[in-house]
Amino acid sequence: MIVEAIVAALLVLSGVVALTSALGLARLPDFFLRMHAPALVYTLGSWSVTLASVIYFSLVRGELALHSWLIIIVLAITAPISTVLLARAALFRERQAGQPLPPPLGAGGAGDPRQNATSSE
Amino acid sequence: MSVLSVAITLTLVLYALAGAVAMRRLFGGPRAQDRVLALDFVFVLAMLALLVLAIRYDSSMYFEAALLMALFGFVSSAALAKFLLRGEVIE
Repeated sequence: MIVEAIVAALLVLSGVVALTSALGLARLPDFFLRMHAPALVYTLGSWSVTLASVIYFSLVRGELALHSWLIIIVLAITAPISTVLLARAALFRERQAGQPLPPPLGAGGAGDPRQNATSSE
Repeated sequence: MSVLSVAITLTLVLYALAGAVAMRRLFGGPRAQDRVLALDFVFVLAMLALLVLAIRYDSSMYFEAALLMALFGFVSSAALAKFLLRGEVIE
């Protein structure tokens, strides 16, 4: 019974996280801010659903049912790749359209990669 | 009604709300990259809904569908991002 309550709590947590993430996707003002919102579902949402599935099927079958971990592994590998590809595409398209871009990390400071590149040449 | 079935119904309702909110971004997003982002999000949401349905119907068939959906969601969003970046998918 207590295990069932844990599974239920994990499922509801993932639902709340999904709704929060969708609200962030709809309401954040900039595309590069909006890219952060789905990361909630890719990490916390999928982790809690997968943990609930592992706990439930282990309880029902009477043995350790770890097959849902594959979902987490696949998502952990693929989500950063598609995020980076989409960020590159968005940067390219904003530059093409002449839109103002977010400044590069550490622009003009010691951590600026362009300055490091010129100093090493 | 047990705690678990109430929680499953509540979770599916919350997913449906989240999907509806994301659909607004998908159909009305100002630029193409917003639509691709929302499509990827909706894919992951549908995959999580399949995992919840696996618990609801106590079947492991849904798990394989969810795995396929994760893979196809990645392939589709990667291909769309590549298309936005270069103008074609495979060069």
